[in-house]
Amino acid sequence: MNIKAKLADKETIDRILVRMAHEILEKNKGSKNLVLIGMRTRGEYLAKRLREKIKQIEGIELPLGVLDVTLYRDDFRTRIKQPQVSVSNITFDINDKDVILVDDVLYTGRTVRSALNAIMEFGRPSSIQLCILVDRGHRELPIRADYVGKNIPTAYKEEIKLKVEEIDGEDAIYLIENENK
Amino acid sequence: MPLSNRHLLGMQNVPKEDIQLILDTANTFKEILERPIKRVPTLQGKTIVNLFYENSTRTRISFELAEKRLSADAINFSVSTSSVSKGESLKDTVKNIEAMKVDMIVIRHSVAGTPYMLTKLCDANIINAGDGIHEHPTQALLDLYTIREKKGSFENLKVCIVGDIAHSRVALSNIFALKTMGAKVSVCGPSTMIPKFIEELGVEVIYNIDEAIQENDVLNVLRIQLERKAREYFPSIREYVKYFGINSQRLEKNKKDILILHPGPINRGVELSSDVADGPYQVILQQVTNGVAIRMAVLYLLGTLN
Repeated sequence: MNIKAKLADKETIDRILVRMAHEILEKNKGSKNLVLIGMRTRGEYLAKRLREKIKQIEGIELPLGVLDVTLYRDDFRTRIKQPQVSVSNITFDINDKDVILVDDVLYTGRTVRSALNAIMEFGRPSSIQLCILVDRGHRELPIRADYVGKNIPTAYKEEIKLKVEEIDGEDAIYLIENENK
Repeated sequence: MPLSNRHLLGMQNVPKEDIQLILDTANTFKEILERPIKRVPTLQGKTIVNLFYENSTRTRISFELAEKRLSADAINFSVSTSSVSKGESLKDTVKNIEAMKVDMIVIRHSVAGTPYMLTKLCDANIINAGDGIHEHPTQALLDLYTIREKKGSFENLKVCIVGDIAHSRVALSNIFALKTMGAKVSVCGPSTMIPKFIEELGVEVIYNIDEAIQENDVLNVLRIQLERKAREYFPSIREYVKYFGINSQRLEKNKKDILILHPGPINRGVELSSDVADGPYQVILQQVTNGVAIRMAVLYLLGTLN
């Protein structure tokens, strides 16, 4: 694995999140019925930041949940490594809410498919909207994002890595070349 | 890190990392049990047979629920309604079940070592749900999970197992698992029910129940197994109750803060008095709830190994 390019730094990511927060509020005419669900692990931190931004704009702190979709994956039979599961944490009622599902990178769409299944088992939201920091293409399922931070067309061999301060010590988006593929 | 073995036959020689992984994974499943829809699609398409050659309520229902909540296809087999009563041998039964393409077998049998024999007979993942007086690993794991939930960690924790140590698979599995996790383990019971050489497993033997209560943080109280001729080992039930029965006066006299576990079913008024069995020190029904989460964790970790 080697880094090909740094696609965004802290300031750029921050500006993208401010824009997406406005887009979410515009489309939903405010924050009245919204809840945020971040997907483990990086999506959780993005969702936390979006909540901060929305609080600065609207003065309201949205409920925030964390979703772990490991148990809903479709690749248990084909993977070599066993994925580690962790706990989902959605403590509020999602029935009739507008759920903003937050993740870092949208690629094949399979993780989002698992997430949709998982969310439905917590209740019946009135809508689910997908908020993605980077859309890198190569979809294998009919899934699209409602809010996109950055469209970055990539090659199959490449990978997009989001780094966040809380885990990695910096905020950045990197384009990575993966020789193993 | 996946588990180091594709079967769960006992707690002996199971490394600390594996126990840790199972306990941590059970956290995830405990959360699922709190949801309105208590089901995940993880083991879809896997077939699991519950082969119970001995009676069971808790363990069998617990395994069956765990399997169904992971979306596996669960088949139940009980001896009384099967061809075993026509004289079919265990080996033939297992070979026939395997021929129907099953992925995992959960077995309970009155003969120690049966689960191990199954690993030599077929390709399925084997889970021991109790083999004679040998081991009952998922019970030990759920006991450890419950203890960890209440006490935080096993370092320097003092746990005493009370009752018929010699004929208890729960005792042996608990001793192995607790020792691996770093707890200080002792056993307490009538001397006829303490096996010779038990000290070689690194456990202390206490013959006085008051001393056991005073010195320990956790008591895991076993059932006196009257169906396994336990009555031959002490003069009368009344005498057992007098010297080893746990009641609230005894607990309050010796120590206030103690955690009481019991694997069930309880002989009320024998090993535990009713006021203790329903009282503030015990976590018996939490153990049952945690049992489903632990079994889901074991099934998930074994069922998704490649």
